[in-house]
Amino acid sequence: MRISLTIMAIIWGTLSITMLLAFGEGLKRQLEKNRRGLGDGILIVWSGQTEKPYRGLPRGRPIWFKRDVIDYIRDQIPELEAVGGEYMNWGREITYGEKTISEKVNGVLPDYEFMRSLYPMPGGRFLNKLDIERKRRVVFIGNQLRDELFGEPGSPGYTDPVGKMITISGIQFTVIGVMQKKQQMGMYSGPDWSTAFIPITTFETMYNRRTLNNLVLKPKGVSQAEFIKDRLYQILSSKYQFDPADKRALSIWDVIESARTMNKVMVGMQIFFGIIGGLTLIVAGVGVANIMYVAVRERTAEIGVKMAMGAKRGQVMAQFMLEALLISAIGGGLGLFISFAIAAALGAIPVQSEAMEWLGKPTISVPIALVTIAVLTMIGLISGYFPARKAASVNPVESLRYE
Amino acid sequence: MIKMRGIRKVYDTGRIEVEALKDVDLDIKGGEFVSIVGPSGSGKSTLMNIAGCLDVPSEGTYELDGESVEGLSMSQLADIRNRKIGFVFQAFNLLPYATAFENVELPMMFGKVPARERRKRARELLERVNLGDRLDHRPAELSGGEMQRVAIARSLAMKPKLILADEPTGNLDSKSGAAIVDLFEELWKSGTTILLITHDSTVATRTNRVVYLKDGMVRSQAREMAADMKALKERKRLDTMQ
Repeated sequence: MRISLTIMAIIWGTLSITMLLAFGEGLKRQLEKNRRGLGDGILIVWSGQTEKPYRGLPRGRPIWFKRDVIDYIRDQIPELEAVGGEYMNWGREITYGEKTISEKVNGVLPDYEFMRSLYPMPGGRFLNKLDIERKRRVVFIGNQLRDELFGEPGSPGYTDPVGKMITISGIQFTVIGVMQKKQQMGMYSGPDWSTAFIPITTFETMYNRRTLNNLVLKPKGVSQAEFIKDRLYQILSSKYQFDPADKRALSIWDVIESARTMNKVMVGMQIFFGIIGGLTLIVAGVGVANIMYVAVRERTAEIGVKMAMGAKRGQVMAQFMLEALLISAIGGGLGLFISFAIAAALGAIPVQSEAMEWLGKPTISVPIALVTIAVLTMIGLISGYFPARKAASVNPVESLRYE
Repeated sequence: MIKMRGIRKVYDTGRIEVEALKDVDLDIKGGEFVSIVGPSGSGKSTLMNIAGCLDVPSEGTYELDGESVEGLSMSQLADIRNRKIGFVFQAFNLLPYATAFENVELPMMFGKVPARERRKRARELLERVNLGDRLDHRPAELSGGEMQRVAIARSLAMKPKLILADEPTGNLDSKSGAAIVDLFEELWKSGTTILLITHDSTVATRTNRVVYLKDGMVRSQAREMAADMKALKERKRLDTMQ
């Protein structure tokens, strides 16, 4: 009875440490996935206003990016894998058949597909070079936009949007692809799932716009972000005539850096979870030590007899240490088993609610299991050691006297 | 086998010092069957503990089997107990969760006897004490006499030269007690030295020498011993009358 309660405590401790770590890990992975939704390892650049006078030019002068800046950056910074710029227009009328909605229209380049993780569902495609060159009237739509105009796949009245004509601001476009569903946490102009993406050239003619809303850059390596930021100030300051030290002339969102910060927060959170779980396990360990002390006291006579028969200190200690380890191992084994079962069960439940999706799924990684096993072994050894030492210090004469 | 000179044992209880043994000289030759008798508090158990290397004297020298035990470490004493001495206790002190067979195996495990030999010997010993059909019984399933026979088989496991028995018949009825003494006699005849502590004069008379202990000293005067024995019997008689 006593032992089964202690084993329960160990199970509970193991369960809490693994589940807390597993939820932490799941949350971390989910956030990572969400972050990738915006684009993996990209820099987003906005133009601003000068704050310092430069070469006779006054302060407060706005900087405007035109489309030529894209080629200019590409030439000047070969360390970039891709460079893109985009136009945006919010609240445009989009119509299919009887349905009209008001959503955002983006004019973009083909590189956006991999820079911003805009992958098409099977049967469709993203914008390509020819679409840009020929100013084609083609559109790639977000999955939620598709739901609103064409219905959700499988629902009654649903039609495959690819190849269909929709009207954007009164002009007819052919749908060429639908975005694969993705998690997007970071956003700077609204979610991609309710945006219509059209060729940048088509956008210019249609809305008569020449000023880009922002640039998107993707460095070849994550470690180059800092260097690229510096280079960007150098080359753009000479192109637009502003002081390279004028930080307000450009603003840069470094997704990589925010990811790194986020990662640190997540690691911190996991350590915190681990400590809470570990403390629970330590409490359970105290329980093990406690029942081992009781066992030593109850078996004093037995220990004395063993000593009389020639058992050495080490042999007496080994017995109690092994017993404590065994209790920890049984409790820990069951706890791990239950944790795996819970993780598997939660993993098998299809995600329905948005909340669940954000929470992520508990994931027991190998390091988590190893950490738990290490902590359990430590607790087993420590909680066994002190009672065992007490057992070994039993005086056989006294233990045999009262019988 | 046993050679004690000027053994003194003082227990320091913190507040007062109790002198359990005062000045004991004792010689027991190999092959003897000796009983130690004396009233309670006379120091019998202390003498037994020192003889069994469970305790060390405060003063005096003790040689067991020609070897002085003075200054030996805990581990070396454990080794001597394992190889040279077999213990039999009043309360049997078998491991309750282990079978008779496993109880007999135990000293051989501490003595690192190989498993195969260990099993063979445990079986032989239990057969020798007529418990060949009780190998897998746990202590709770055995009678007092049977438990003590298991304990004797266990004491013989490491082929010790000396058997120390502390009131081995104390918890048994007279019939099983007599059977245990028979068993000791048999062991003695086959060459084992036996030292037996007892209250029971009938048990003591069956040994070939009686050492009388009183107030932590060995008394040689037979008269004094006889008087004590008489007093003891008288008290027992009074006890039974009440």
